[in-house]
Amino acid sequence: MNKNKEQLLNKRYKAEQRFRLYGLSAIFMALLFLTIFIFKIFSTGYSAFQKTWLIVPVTFDAELMMLDQNPSKEDLQDADYYDIALKSMADLDPNANEDQENELKRMVSYFFEKEIKNELLNDPNLIGKTKEVYLTASDDLDQVFKGNYPRDLPEDQRRVSDYQLKIFDQLVANGKVESKFNISFFTNADSREAELAGIASSFMGSIFSILVCLMIAFPVAVLAAIYLEEFAPKNRFTDFIEVNINNLAAVPSIVFGLLGLGVLLAIFHLPRSTPLVGGITLSLMTLPTIIIAARASLKAVPPSIREAALAMGASRMQTTMHHTVPLSMPGTLSGTIIGLAQALGETAPLILIGMVAFVNTIPGSPMDPAASLPVQIYIWAESAERGFVEKVSACIMVLLGFLIIMNLFAQIIRHKFEKKWS
Amino acid sequence: MNLILFTFIVLLGFTSYYFGRKKAYTIQSTKKRLTALPQFYGYYLAIWCAIPAFIIFSLWAIFEPTIVKLLILSDYSNQGYLDDELNLLYEKSKALSRGQFTGEITPFIEASAEKYLSLRSIAQSSKVVIVLSAIIASVAYAYKRISSNSRTREPVEKFLNAVLFTASLAAILTTVGIVFSLIFQTIDFFKVIPLFDFVFGTHWYPAKAFVRDSSEALDPTMYSDTFGAVPIFAGTFFIAFIAMCVAIPIGLMSGIYLAEYASTKVRQYAKPLIEILAGIPTVVYGFFAALTVGPFLKELGTSMGLEVSAESALAAGGVMGIMIIPFISSLSDDVITSVPQSLRDGSYAMGATKSETIKRVIFPAALPGIVGSILLGVSRAIGETMIVVMASGLAANLTLNPLESTSTITAQIVVILIGDQAFGDPKTQAAFALGMSLFLVTLCLNIVALRVVKKYREKYE
Repeated sequence: MNKNKEQLLNKRYKAEQRFRLYGLSAIFMALLFLTIFIFKIFSTGYSAFQKTWLIVPVTFDAELMMLDQNPSKEDLQDADYYDIALKSMADLDPNANEDQENELKRMVSYFFEKEIKNELLNDPNLIGKTKEVYLTASDDLDQVFKGNYPRDLPEDQRRVSDYQLKIFDQLVANGKVESKFNISFFTNADSREAELAGIASSFMGSIFSILVCLMIAFPVAVLAAIYLEEFAPKNRFTDFIEVNINNLAAVPSIVFGLLGLGVLLAIFHLPRSTPLVGGITLSLMTLPTIIIAARASLKAVPPSIREAALAMGASRMQTTMHHTVPLSMPGTLSGTIIGLAQALGETAPLILIGMVAFVNTIPGSPMDPAASLPVQIYIWAESAERGFVEKVSACIMVLLGFLIIMNLFAQIIRHKFEKKWS
Repeated sequence: MNLILFTFIVLLGFTSYYFGRKKAYTIQSTKKRLTALPQFYGYYLAIWCAIPAFIIFSLWAIFEPTIVKLLILSDYSNQGYLDDELNLLYEKSKALSRGQFTGEITPFIEASAEKYLSLRSIAQSSKVVIVLSAIIASVAYAYKRISSNSRTREPVEKFLNAVLFTASLAAILTTVGIVFSLIFQTIDFFKVIPLFDFVFGTHWYPAKAFVRDSSEALDPTMYSDTFGAVPIFAGTFFIAFIAMCVAIPIGLMSGIYLAEYASTKVRQYAKPLIEILAGIPTVVYGFFAALTVGPFLKELGTSMGLEVSAESALAAGGVMGIMIIPFISSLSDDVITSVPQSLRDGSYAMGATKSETIKRVIFPAALPGIVGSILLGVSRAIGETMIVVMASGLAANLTLNPLESTSTITAQIVVILIGDQAFGDPKTQAAFALGMSLFLVTLCLNIVALRVVKKYREKYE
C-alpha cells in the first residue's frame, strides 16, 4: 500500500517535471526561431555592404573621345567615352577575339562609361594619359568575389563564362580587384542591375509615407482619445465607437489597401504610387493603435489630479488640456512610435495602391511615385538574379535597424518621462 | 493660389488671437471684470476669423470643378451627345487649356478650353472676394461680442468639444469607408457571377477572365467555372490551420511557463525577446519562408523520398505560425496571471502539484480568455498577406496535402490587383469580393474573440 502511494507520488512528480520541460522547450523553440532568423538574415546580408571594384587601366585617348585641343568643360561633358571604355576593357586580354571582348565588357556594370567620364571630369589633365580607374564589377562577379557563386556548375548553367572567370582570377591574383564599402547601396535609387541598385528611393518613400501617416494619425487619434476618455457620455453611440475602434485594430492590413484603392484612388483620384496615398492608408491603419495607447495612458492619470484642478476652479476643458493631457503624453508618444513602427513595416496595403512600380528616381516630395523599404524587399525578393538576394537581406537589416531604434526610443520615452503613480 | 490664401487665413487667425487678447486687456484696464481669461477672448476671435473662412474655402474646393463642368457642358446640351462623350469632351478641353493636349483640336474644343480658363479665373477671384468678406463679417461680429464683454469661454469650449467629437468619428468613418469601398464592387461582381457559383464553385482561374477582348460585350456564360472560390477558401483555412498547429502549442506552453514557472529575471528577458517575433515585418517572414524554409523542406522531403513543392503550404503555414506565437503567448500569459491567487492557493492546499493545478484549475478558469486569444490568432493568420504571397503558390489548388502548394484569399487579392487595375472588370471586382469575404470572416472572429475576452475579464475583476 505504502509502496503504491510512493509510486503514484513519483509518477506525479515526473509528470510535473515533464510539464515544466514542455514549457521551457516551448520558450526555447520560440527563441531558437528568432536566432535562426536573425542569423540567416545577417549571414546573407552583411556582404551587400561591400562592393567589388575592378581596377582597370584606362587610356584617355583624345582622338577616340572625339576631343579637340584644349577642350572646354562642355566638350568634356559631351565627349564620347564609350570607345575608350570598351578599349580599356578589351585591353585586359590582348589576345581576345570579338566574342571575348564582348564578354570582357560584361564583366563591369553598364555604368562603366559614366564612371570613366566622372574620372576625367574630376581631373581634365588626364587627357592623353593612362590611369587606373575603379569600375563597378558586374553583380555576378561581385558574388564570385564574395564566394557566393556556384563556380562548380557546368558553364551553360551559369551566367559567368569560364573565360570571364579566368580573366577575373588573373585580376584577383594581380591585386586588381578590390572590395570597398558600398556607398551606392545607400545613395542609389532602385535599378534593374543588382550591382547598381540602392535603397535611397524606397528609403525616402518610407520616410514620406511615415511623415504623412504621423501628421494625420497623431492629431486625430489623440483628439479622439481625449473625447472618448474625458468627455464622452456613456451611451450606445460611444459604445459603438469603441467597438469600431477595437475591430479596426484587428482588421487585416490588406483590407486597408482595398480601401485606399477603392476610395482614395478610384473616387478622390489622388496620384497613384505616391507616399501621399500610402501615408493616408497607413494612417487609417495606425489610428486605432494610437487611440488605444492614448486612452490607456489618459486612464492611467489618477483622478486626484483632475479633482485638484477642478477644485481650483478650472473648467473641464482646462483641466484636460492643462493637466491630464500633458501628463499622459509620454505614454501616448511611445504608443504612437510603436504604431508608426508597425506602419513602417507594412507592405500589403502599399502594394495595392501601386507603390510597387519600378522607380529609378529619388522622390523629392510625397507627391512623387516611390516605393517603400518593405515593398523594396518584396520587389527584390521576387527578382531572380542572384545579386539581389544579399541586397534583400541588407535592406531587411536596414529596416530592422530602424524598427529597433524606434522601439528603443519608445521604451526610453516610457521609462524616462512617464510618471509612476502609486 | 490656394496655398497663399490658406496661409493668409492662418496668419489672420493668429493676428485676431492677438487682437482679441489685447481687447481683453483694454477692457480690464477700465476696471471692468472680465468674463473669462484674456486668452479666451483671443481664441474666440481667432475661431470666428478662421473657421467660417475654412468652411467656405473647402466647400468651394469641392463644388467648383462640378459647377465649372456643368457650365461648360451646357453648351453641348441638346446636341445628342452621350454622357461618356461629354466627359471626354470636357477632359479634352481641360487638357488643352493646360497646354497638355496632343490630339486633334476642333473649334468646339478650343472654345470650351477658353471658356474653361475664363470660368476658372472668375472662380478664383470670386473665391478670394467671398472668403475675405466672410472673414471681415465674422470678425466684426465677434469683435462686437467681445467689446460688449459677453461670455467667451463657453463658446470656445463648446467648439473644442465639437472638434474632439468629430475626431472620434474617424473610427466610424474608416469602417464606413471600408464597407463602402468593398460593397459596390462586390455587388457589381455578383451581377455577373452568381453568388452560388462563387461560394460553391471549385475552379478558380481569374487569368482566364483577362483574355477577353475589351470590344466584346460582357458575356456572363464565359465566366462560368472561373470564379469558384472554394479552393481559395479551403487554402486560406488550411494554411491558417497549419499555422495554428505551430503557434498554439508553442505559444500556449510558453505563455503558461512565463506566467507560472519563470523567475522574474527569465520573464523580464524572455517575454520581450519573444515579442520581437511579433514586431518583425511580415515581408521579412515571407522572404525567410521563400528563401530558406521552402527549399529546406523540399530538400528534406526529397531525401525522404517525398515530393515536396518549393512553395508548399507547410512552409508558408509554418512560418506564419512562428509569427503568431507571441500573440498567443502574450495574451494567454496575461489571462493566466489574472486568474485570482485564491484558486491556486486552494489547489495547493489540497496537495496538488503545480502542473496539476495548472491543468485542472487554472486552465479551465482561463479557458475563455485563451480561446479568445486563439481566435485573434486565427484572424491574424487568415488576414496575413505577405508570407503567403511570397512563399505559397499563386495558382488555386484544391488540396489537403501540406506538401503541395495552395493559394489564399489575400494572395489572390494581391495577384489580381498588382499592377494596373481596370475598374469595372469582373477580375478586379473579384478581388473586392474576396476582400469583402475576408473582412466579414475576420470581423466575426474579432467580435466573438473580443466578447469572450471582455466577459472573462469582467468575471475576475
